Amino acid sequence: MAEAIQAAPVPQSQPTTWAGRFLDSDIWASFKRSKLTMAAAFLTFLFMAAAVLAGLAPQDPFDPAQLDLLNSRLPPLWDAEGQAPFLLGTDEQGRDIFSAILYGLRISLAVGFLGVAFSATLGIALGLIAGYVGGTADAIIMRVADVQLTFPAILIALLVDGVVKSVLGGQLDGVTTLSVLVFSIGLSFWVQYARTVRGSVMVEKNKDYIAAAKLIGLPAPVIMFRHVLPNVLGPVLVIATINLALAIITEATLSFLGTGMPETMPSLGTLIRIGNNYLFSGEWWIIAFPGVALALLVLAINLLGDWLRDALNPKLR
Amino acid sequence: MFAFIIRRALQAIGVLFAVGIISFAMFRFAGDPVNQIVSLDTPAAEREQVRRSLGLDDPVPLQFVRYLSKAAQGDFGVSYQFRQPVADLLAERMPATLELALCATVFATGFGVLMGVYSGLKRDSFLAKVFQTVSLVGISLPTFLIGILLIYLFSVTLGWLPSYGRGDTVQIGWWSTGLLTLSGLKALIMPSITLGLFQMTLIMRIVRAEMLEVLRTDYIKFARARGLTTRAIHFGHALKNTLVPVITIVGLQFGSVIAFAIITETVFQWPGMGLLFVQAVQNVDIPIMAAYLMLVALIFVAINLAVDILYTIVDPRLRTSIRQPA
Repeated sequence: MAEAIQAAPVPQSQPTTWAGRFLDSDIWASFKRSKLTMAAAFLTFLFMAAAVLAGLAPQDPFDPAQLDLLNSRLPPLWDAEGQAPFLLGTDEQGRDIFSAILYGLRISLAVGFLGVAFSATLGIALGLIAGYVGGTADAIIMRVADVQLTFPAILIALLVDGVVKSVLGGQLDGVTTLSVLVFSIGLSFWVQYARTVRGSVMVEKNKDYIAAAKLIGLPAPVIMFRHVLPNVLGPVLVIATINLALAIITEATLSFLGTGMPETMPSLGTLIRIGNNYLFSGEWWIIAFPGVALALLVLAINLLGDWLRDALNPKLR
Repeated sequence: MFAFIIRRALQAIGVLFAVGIISFAMFRFAGDPVNQIVSLDTPAAEREQVRRSLGLDDPVPLQFVRYLSKAAQGDFGVSYQFRQPVADLLAERMPATLELALCATVFATGFGVLMGVYSGLKRDSFLAKVFQTVSLVGISLPTFLIGILLIYLFSVTLGWLPSYGRGDTVQIGWWSTGLLTLSGLKALIMPSITLGLFQMTLIMRIVRAEMLEVLRTDYIKFARARGLTTRAIHFGHALKNTLVPVITIVGLQFGSVIAFAIITETVFQWPGMGLLFVQAVQNVDIPIMAAYLMLVALIFVAINLAVDILYTIVDPRLRTSIRQPA
């Protein structure tokens, strides 16, 4: 993408550095205008930083040796019975909720980002092929996409998850489960990318610069990835942002349903599943804080996605 | 028009065939069906016999045809975990899911249209902004969190509504209904809201957008010029025209509602097909998963086809444009 942008002629009056060009752009201007978007971006950044810095949490919730049953079911710190260092209380196993949320956030975000990366790669590649090559390849890819689009993504993810697990068999460790989740989420979201990319490619491939690229004898893959792809990335970025929220929700849902991350390596969804067992016994903090964290995370990313869609839409400028 | 319907029907059959292949592949290749039937210490010779009696030695295409023809007759094999025919299990739980999906759809349509009309007519009022915010939250919050929140509010804190199950049901033939008892109706409230919330926000947004659009058109201006009451204009002329897309969405979304019932049913331990499916995924019960996939595909395809056909009947423009070869 970098080559494509630098190759474009830059008018002298505009700043030429990357940062300068960005600060001068419409996108940055529209970002500065919307307070809600700035708040959402700040919140998203905060969550990501928290996930990256989870290692600094008071406790490693994955390490059973650090858990003490004597500390189980403590309320949050501001409650009279709360105990330091358990800021948001502890669960049944004496796991610090705050630390568990940080680590869970890390897993939820990891599955989200990897899932989006996988589905975007798959969708973009298939969309490029369908749009650029056309013919039988196009027909097959789009028929598969049509059939898949008939079903909601969560159903596909559940099915793929179940089938992969039955093929692998037995008890799976945390990392394998995570890969299975990424795989099933990736497989359930690729269609949107493929359709969008295909549509854009059909428009782009009849333009003169593609004809020129063909004339100088560039092979099809080079034309597809170096010349067509950068020009269709705008809508893909919007879909990816909105899908990040969807992927995080899907992972949380799968984990909540008990087909996702195990309780020894909990994501936010697993923490909510654990907390759900204590809903009736009055230990509200076990479920409330992971729930709030998940809701805020998804809301912030959704707001960013909404803004990005409008900011990148030339019709709305 | 007839050719159009035939073409859509052929496409629908194509989709069902593709799903049939996936479903068969799952059934046949994901986990050995023999291992699930015999015990661990069954001798190899006996396993071989079971294999042959199940027809697993035949060529794969033959097995596929057999699988499809059995499925068409309602035979989806035997569940690994329950040791019962899958078709019986599904039939037993279908009423619960369909009643839930129906109530959720009624709730979503009723409230969605009301809120959409209101925020379309009084777009800057305080209440309209509240509706907009609620719809953003409704789209952002995962379904299971909404369900848990409702349970915490109305079951744990207030103790008004039951937190799980269907309540008392009445058996009418093979159909068990919760609509005829008080506890059954009470048990329906929270799951229906949880399941319908997303659809409600969707319908509300569509009705609002359509209302805004329709109110700008010439025939509304003309109706005003004729001196019709505001009420007649809003509800007799404007609302009527927004209802076509609403009916489409409600129809097309009904399949999604049934599929999304998986989550709601797990939160509320609702004894429907979705809960059965989740248990099947947890326990790798492939025959149930395959059968559920086929059933949902059938429902989806049937609804899509029905909506397509209804369209050609309802919308005269579509009829003429189809008759002319494109």
